[in-house]
Amino acid sequence: MDKRKMAEYWRKNLSMMTVLLSVWAIVSYVFGILLANQLNQIKLGGFPLGFWFAQQGSIYVFVVLIFVYCIFMAKLDRKYDVYE
Amino acid sequence: MSILAWTYIMVGITFSLYIGIAWASRVRDTKGFYVAGGGIPALANGMATGADWMSAASFISMAGLISFMGYTGCIYLMGWTGGYVLLALLLAPYLRKFGKYTVPDFVGDRYYSNTARAVALICAIFVSFTYVAGQMRGVGIVFSRFLQVDVNTGVLIGMAIVFLYAVLGGMKGITWTQVAQYCVLIIAYLIPAIAISIKTTGHFIPQIGLGSPVAHGTNAGVFLLDVLDNLNRDLGFAEYTSAFGPGNKSMIDVFCITFALMVGTAGLPHVIVRFYTVPNVKSARLSAGFALMFIAILYTTAPSVAGFARYNMIDTLNGKEYKAAPTWLKNWEETGLVAWIDKNNDGIIQYRAGKPFAGKPKFTEEFGNFGQSLVSNRPTTNPNELYIDRDIMVLANPEIANLPAWVVALVAAGGLAAALSTASGLLLVIASSVSHDLYYRLINPNATEKQRLLLGRLMIGVAVCVAGYFGIHPPGFVAQVVAFAFGLAASSFFPILVLGIFNKRTTKEGAIVGMASGIIFTAFYIIQIKFLGVKPWLFGISAEGIGTVGMLINLVLTLIVSKFTPEPPQEIQDMVENIRYPRGKGKATAIST
Repeated sequence: MDKRKMAEYWRKNLSMMTVLLSVWAIVSYVFGILLANQLNQIKLGGFPLGFWFAQQGSIYVFVVLIFVYCIFMAKLDRKYDVYE
Repeated sequence: MSILAWTYIMVGITFSLYIGIAWASRVRDTKGFYVAGGGIPALANGMATGADWMSAASFISMAGLISFMGYTGCIYLMGWTGGYVLLALLLAPYLRKFGKYTVPDFVGDRYYSNTARAVALICAIFVSFTYVAGQMRGVGIVFSRFLQVDVNTGVLIGMAIVFLYAVLGGMKGITWTQVAQYCVLIIAYLIPAIAISIKTTGHFIPQIGLGSPVAHGTNAGVFLLDVLDNLNRDLGFAEYTSAFGPGNKSMIDVFCITFALMVGTAGLPHVIVRFYTVPNVKSARLSAGFALMFIAILYTTAPSVAGFARYNMIDTLNGKEYKAAPTWLKNWEETGLVAWIDKNNDGIIQYRAGKPFAGKPKFTEEFGNFGQSLVSNRPTTNPNELYIDRDIMVLANPEIANLPAWVVALVAAGGLAAALSTASGLLLVIASSVSHDLYYRLINPNATEKQRLLLGRLMIGVAVCVAGYFGIHPPGFVAQVVAFAFGLAASSFFPILVLGIFNKRTTKEGAIVGMASGIIFTAFYIIQIKFLGVKPWLFGISAEGIGTVGMLINLVLTLIVSKFTPEPPQEIQDMVENIRYPRGKGKATAIST
């Protein structure tokens, strides 16, 4: 595989990581902590929303993020022929 | 059949299962011993990682902690799960491609320096010992509570079991036993949680139950969390769901602790090493996902258990006559986990904010007017009369929900599974650090396969004995050193591992300066706060959260020093380039070591 293709593969990987890590930071640090008291004014069933993000919601999002990354990278590995 | 008989049966069955699995997966070479031959499927590795990660503290203490902390309990919930996202995206695939046995291996090779290897080695051993001492104590406590043996006898039994299967099967034996232990511990956690969810809210999924209305009693129809907010406010506590008010941690502290725990998780050697055991890079990513999924099952149930337990505890005890209190209260009084001191002599239990008396209860063997066990502790001036240990929130759950005796026994087996699985993973890290990183890589690179395997097994023996010693004679500062384990993992390993993969220009000088200054700053701060009684002087960040600052110091210094030192040799830069692409991991692992 040539250098240009390799660099492209790595760049795509990095931009996907940036997107996923931004979501990671937003659900946990922004929704769960920084805005917790503001979001608590909104109710999700019996849950104040900030509390829900801090104790449950962010964890669900974490799991989804990892699997999204797995699927994305499995496709990328095939496309750039670096899988095994 | 009695609870005790059931407990013996459950513990007997599960222990024979572990030994049987270890026997079936015994190993003969170092690759099998250190990384299970690199052939563990992603799903199994995910389960094993889950069991490895969830310790006696997660199983027994976490829900109780949350139930007293309310919202602030999120530091543990997010902090001990969010690190897996970092692992899956930033570390696991690349370390797997690199394909050595341990974390110091990567640090030593990437930073072309045995000094860096030695610093990493010392951190790995220190972090692991800190952790394992607590686990052995946990084994002893579970034994003593459920099987009515002495705590120290419990520690010895636990040592013997771990020794047997770790020495026999090495990483392979440990991995497959952890798969079984995960199944035991999650079933043991979920059954009482589901039962208590149905009892409290009528919903069988605890995660939804927490957001549902209360089913029975005076609060029927009102959302459970609203009831908890009201109860907490009436009794003088901070509201259950509200953040950062009086009586809670500050926002910056919650932020820093959560971050330090996440980054610390991603830097813990016994977690990282699990990703060396899978066949390829794709499985490394996947097994991080499975690991977090299996962990999330318990971690999203825990806040529900916390909420139900707090509601049931206040509802059944506060303002009730002691004589009419449920029997579980009296049962657990015998274990010293609850105590009632009737300050106003009215025979009614008053639960309020604040400590009922100084320290842990010391019973006088005498009984008061209402049949309560008397304590000799000096009472405080506040109106609170009830002492409750946080561990009771999980341990007494089956009794609060009126579940049959075999469920109580199952909880005991689950607690043991959680403690044993974590202890065995840690012991293997210690053994491989000494026999592989210290002896083989630094002292005698000509050691034969047979010598290394023998030394690995011997080191497990030594590590079990040291851990057992700390289990029987716990240093008074066990609780304090947990902050150390995460703080050091966060401030030492994480930045240089990530930079080592993502920045070719990071030099050995940068890494050594970064690691050393991160550790020194973090250790200095924690010692000041935890041992010298200094007030947290940096924005009020507590010792648990200071790893965040240590990590930043490490990161910045590594980058600056790297900029002004000669760039790494070409072959190192090629290696960094190489680990970025999954193909060609192949069998290089076995040959290059």
